[in-house]
Amino acid sequence: MAEGRVVGIDLGTTNSLVAYMEGDSPVVIPGVDGSSLVPSVVALDPIAADGGRPTVTVGNSARKALIETPERVIYSVKRLMGRGVEEIQNELKLFPFRLADDVEAGEVPRIQLGEMRFTAPEISAYVLRQLKRNAERFFGAPVTQAVITVPAYFNDAQRQATKDAGRMAGLEVLRLVNEPTAAALAYGLDRAKEGTIAVYDFGGGTFDISILKLRDGIFEVQSTNGDTHLGGDDIDNLLLTIALDEIHAEHGVDLRSHPSAVQALRKAAIEAKIRLSQEQSASFDIELPNGDRYQREIPREVFELLIEPVLARTAAPCKQALTDAGITADQVDEVVLVGGSTRIPAVSALVDELFHLKARGKKPHTELNPDEVVALGAAVQADILAGASKSTEEMLLLDVTPLSLGIEALGGTVARIIQRNSTIPASATEHFTTGVDGQTNVAIHVVQGERELAADCRSLARFDLKGIPPMTAGLPRIEVKFLIDADGILQVSAREQRSGLAAQIEVKPTYGLTDEQVETMILDSFDHAEEDFAKRLLIEARVEAESIVSKVEASRASHAWGHLTSEEQAAIEAAITHLNAVKAGDDMKAIREATLALDKATGRLAELMMDAAVSTALRGKTMSAAGEELDDGITAPHPMAAAEFK
Amino acid sequence: MLKVMDSAVPVACWSCSVAHNESTLFCPHCSKIQPPPGGDYFSVFGLEQRLNLDLVALETEFHRLSRKVHPDRFARLGEHEREWSLADTALLNDAYRTLKDPLRRTEYLLKLQGAEIGEEYSGKDKDGRKDPSRVPADLLEEVFELNMQLEEMRMARNAGETDPELHASLEQAKTKFDGLQSEVDNDLRQQWKVWDEGDAESRKSAEKTMVALLDRRRYLSNLVRDVTETLGAE
Repeated sequence: MAEGRVVGIDLGTTNSLVAYMEGDSPVVIPGVDGSSLVPSVVALDPIAADGGRPTVTVGNSARKALIETPERVIYSVKRLMGRGVEEIQNELKLFPFRLADDVEAGEVPRIQLGEMRFTAPEISAYVLRQLKRNAERFFGAPVTQAVITVPAYFNDAQRQATKDAGRMAGLEVLRLVNEPTAAALAYGLDRAKEGTIAVYDFGGGTFDISILKLRDGIFEVQSTNGDTHLGGDDIDNLLLTIALDEIHAEHGVDLRSHPSAVQALRKAAIEAKIRLSQEQSASFDIELPNGDRYQREIPREVFELLIEPVLARTAAPCKQALTDAGITADQVDEVVLVGGSTRIPAVSALVDELFHLKARGKKPHTELNPDEVVALGAAVQADILAGASKSTEEMLLLDVTPLSLGIEALGGTVARIIQRNSTIPASATEHFTTGVDGQTNVAIHVVQGERELAADCRSLARFDLKGIPPMTAGLPRIEVKFLIDADGILQVSAREQRSGLAAQIEVKPTYGLTDEQVETMILDSFDHAEEDFAKRLLIEARVEAESIVSKVEASRASHAWGHLTSEEQAAIEAAITHLNAVKAGDDMKAIREATLALDKATGRLAELMMDAAVSTALRGKTMSAAGEELDDGITAPHPMAAAEFK
Repeated sequence: MLKVMDSAVPVACWSCSVAHNESTLFCPHCSKIQPPPGGDYFSVFGLEQRLNLDLVALETEFHRLSRKVHPDRFARLGEHEREWSLADTALLNDAYRTLKDPLRRTEYLLKLQGAEIGEEYSGKDKDGRKDPSRVPADLLEEVFELNMQLEEMRMARNAGETDPELHASLEQAKTKFDGLQSEVDNDLRQQWKVWDEGDAESRKSAEKTMVALLDRRRYLSNLVRDVTETLGAE
């Protein structure tokens, strides 16, 4: 089967990335703006273009709308994936998610975005589609298959929701890979290591710990644990809450009812958090709607005291993972840090303490950029699945299911049928019978979790075994096979053994969309068509060309322009003329090449402009990169961004 | 979302239609992957039923087979190949998980021999409860004492108090029961040898002994877990 490339995608709470395997090493694919991180932010443009699907923007451009039109922007939607209305009440208090008011219990929650309503998988699908487009633009060819990462501790519904999002975005999801495991793959590639490693993955919204054994290219996960609602977001919220309370107390203004003020404050909180990883102190300085200023100094010690309870919540999962793997902290050979939150010095100090690193003359691994390492690992797994290259042919990942699978038994207790940390795929066969003469249906309730009572576990699905031949009570013998596949998702089959009939199963997932619902939510089904694809690439090439031409033309008025030699100016003019000429035509490649040529010709101009504008370390970038960053204002990182600095 | 699987099993190779030995993972004729072969977990690894296993060799074979049948190797192939790879790998993983653990392995083999054992070794009874019913007779008194102490400990903790004396006494009990567990494990290993090397008659008696030992072992590990949990919760 000759197919295109398989890409690896990190669909993050805060940022998302797409990567692929270039030769022997994984590489992140940049977006049009040259940045590898696509903020997981989706905005609805004020004008719905054609009355059909609204115009949706994703990433850096969407985050700009966050402060101006917060009611038309959504972020951190990963926190809602695969969750029911009643489960997300706590999230609603801290995030500007507005549920559509007609959502009923048992339905997949829909979020109000401007005048539209979207489920969490649909929002994620927009982010995935953006990544898909970035990759297609990069390769100049369609991309239809992907590996997507999920937190290791994601349950069945959260995994299925992620897969649904992929399908809506026009991607065949070849595999869901656990984020910490992906990180281990990225690290394991260039070092033929043997031994036991722990991956501590503390991201924007989730925490995972995984313990793996490496041997002969086999990455065998021993245990995993975590918290799908613990991350950098929680730290931001702590800072935000304090600021809101203080502003209320000192200035008599309750900003909670001003969404854009809350967003501005959140942005300041995140910037302060990021600075505190580098500096001993950071300050808030915010202008309030009434003209007052809120100024606040936060020394690092205060910050560390404040976040201590959040960080402490990562300790118990680490200890449990060690116990489940049957080892002690001292038997862990290496610890890998993943996720933007691990940049906080107090976090690496905690990891050091948990795994006795310093005492053993070791240091946690941070060589690979913690924002990129998961996407890089996803690209490695994509390469393994594509079976394409020598560098990964010896590698194999054996992952586990994070949560036990059980069936509700008499009295509401749970009979466990697949234990947590079982290598997947894993299966279990159970037998059921009837309790009443002539009974033709048996209801089964499947749950996920470690608690003793079904009510305390996560309900996964209820299903009815139907069409059982009427017999004396207790006589039918229905064999039900439960199988957790390589994505960590449950499949079920059943047969009645005495009659040999395959029993019908009617499944009602407790949380999640039906196949039919997913089908109706597929974005741009034309994405698959070849000619439409070519058309889209052409349009994108033109848009890109126009944007660079207008930027260069605008720069003629700048001081920097005057500093160019007349040869340099002439070369730029010639490149503009050439680009304007080909841009009118239909030759996508020619437009791309001419765009690139203009971009190159303006290299020194961009440098001069940047020197003039700011003295930051942006040197060496060409016009399109510099232009984008200047446009955004260089000091404006994405509101939820995990730091730009390294 | 749940998907209903097709569990039909062809006799001949699904791909080339040539009939083949059922216990093969790959068709000898066309090399295509086949549905899970019949047979027990031991046969997955080409082993006879036995209780003393070379765990290093088992792991090596597990890795070798994983490389061949894992769904990662079939991700872009046809539906049948993906389905059989999934089913084969699930069987391989279930088999490895069972055989590598001494208690699960023993229990599995005894079940193959028709022994009546309550449940898979999970420390829980059928209804998911910790099984309080079958206290080994020689432990009755100590278990009674221990449960009292555990209750006291929980009450003290709920009241926000600590009782160092009680704590020490529980630690001591834990050490003792840990020791008893090791004794059972040793006894089991001796029975393994009897079963692996003995004739039909000595096997039967070893099976009977092992069923009793597993019961005792399950009971002890539940106790130790309760104590560990109670101590750990402080």
